[in-house]
Amino acid sequence: MNNRIAFKTIVFKEIRRFSRIWPQTLVPPAITTSLYFMIFGRLIGDRVGSIDGVSYMQYIVPGIILMSVISHSYSNVVSSFYSTKFQRHIEELLVAPLSNWVILWGYVCGGIARGLLVGCVVTLISLLFTDIPVKHYGISIAVYILTSTLFALAGFINAIFADSFDDISIIPNFVLTPLSYLGGIFYSVSMLPEIWQKISLANPILYLINAFRYGLIGVTDIDIRIAFAMTGACILFLMLLSLFLLHKGIGIKN
Amino acid sequence: MNALSIRDLKKTYKNGLEVLKGINLDVEKGDFFALLGPNGAGKSTAIGIISSLINKTSGSVKIFGNDLQKDNAKAKNCIGLVPQEINFNQFETVRNIVLNQAGYYGIPRKQAKISTEKCLKQMSLWDKKDTVSRRLSGGMKRRVMIARALVHKPRLLILDEPTAGVDIEIRRSMWEMMKQINQQGTTIILTTHYLQEAESLCRNIAIINEGVIIEKSGMSELLARVNKDQMVLDLDRPLSEIPKIEGYEFALSGSKSLNVTVPKNKSLNPLFQQLTEKNIEVLSLKNKTNRLEQLFMDLVKEPQINS
Repeated sequence: MNNRIAFKTIVFKEIRRFSRIWPQTLVPPAITTSLYFMIFGRLIGDRVGSIDGVSYMQYIVPGIILMSVISHSYSNVVSSFYSTKFQRHIEELLVAPLSNWVILWGYVCGGIARGLLVGCVVTLISLLFTDIPVKHYGISIAVYILTSTLFALAGFINAIFADSFDDISIIPNFVLTPLSYLGGIFYSVSMLPEIWQKISLANPILYLINAFRYGLIGVTDIDIRIAFAMTGACILFLMLLSLFLLHKGIGIKN
Repeated sequence: MNALSIRDLKKTYKNGLEVLKGINLDVEKGDFFALLGPNGAGKSTAIGIISSLINKTSGSVKIFGNDLQKDNAKAKNCIGLVPQEINFNQFETVRNIVLNQAGYYGIPRKQAKISTEKCLKQMSLWDKKDTVSRRLSGGMKRRVMIARALVHKPRLLILDEPTAGVDIEIRRSMWEMMKQINQQGTTIILTTHYLQEAESLCRNIAIINEGVIIEKSGMSELLARVNKDQMVLDLDRPLSEIPKIEGYEFALSGSKSLNVTVPKNKSLNPLFQQLTEKNIEVLSLKNKTNRLEQLFMDLVKEPQINS
């Protein structure tokens, strides 16, 4: 009972936080993705033609939606939890009789909520440019939720270890963005030379984008069962690691 | 049952600094207890451990009989903390800060709203409920932290230098609030550098220095150990030389100001009588230091372990 109320308190606080600053959280992805669709979809896409039997515009939609989900789930949790540490109001949570999983999932669900909301905004914008013939609703929704969960958890761990605002921007700028672009948003890995195809298989975002693409338009470069198994394993690992860090008080207690 | 029982509590930081060297402390239920000590003595570390903000190295802490390690949730439910530094979300409204804290303690929303309103009214902050907290004055921010600490009706309230940096008027109004809270049955542990505050509010006291408790007693018993008073006499004209009167020690502290040390068992009448005979006119008299301050300085200068 206590934990349920505490959990709801953290989640609603997080949702209020990113809703209050909607010009920073919801408007930029709408503008950025509109530009992607106009430049890559319309201007360049018309010359590219089709990939795997679908138009280039339709081909890039799943990747662009998922890239927004990844970056916003991650950045919501990393910035919010780091601010909580920085302003020291994490002490409000530490003095209260909260279980560690309530703190973890409270923040993670806040990140999932933002990731999903931004994903919906991007999806609506993409519908202005092309149709999305959803082939497998279940798979699409599952990948959508699992991806936001995975990156919200990763953002939480980044925030735990961060000591400065620089530390919370390094991973998104130097790891997530390159991996997203190299994860096959704008191309099929089958177009790459063989050596780069093999290297690309080490990129976890490639699996997520392909699984989501399979769900939406029925096209994929990889076996989606691997994508689900890998995502599930990563979520479990990051969750256990987060709970261990909270239990030990690493990064949050003296 | 004690509100707080600490046994052999030790804390050594990673850099090897041993801040608490095995302290033992009991605070009775309903007490208004002062935990004093110079900067770096270990007060804030002890409070940090009691309120789960700092991990202990060893030892045990029980809050109303609940072990902080084994019955963590029950123990935490009993505590309300007002920390030294402002530690709420500066972008949140006053009401939401208190309301969220109630939520963290598992208080249902409807009940939390009632409790929040009551606490904010008690702290005279109800008219500021929708103000973003960073726009509040320093005194108001401190009162927000007290309201937040009270929202779940804690049985033990820990106030870590609650009046630091606030003006005299606010400080006095906060003293009244603290007295009221204690009279309503809440046990209070107060740390402060204003010894007058501790002397006028607290019934029992512990002094910590260099990680050990060097004094633990009732406030009145401790003050009874002061065996001399230091006073300042303001005179009507400058003195050419320091007067000599048997049983009293004098020192000039200004051209028209004289310090006098009076043994506790000695009357002031002979002092004034002899000063009059020496044609020294005293315009006013005041205490140089308060009694607790004098004792505190003596104890901290020469620490002795008795815990």
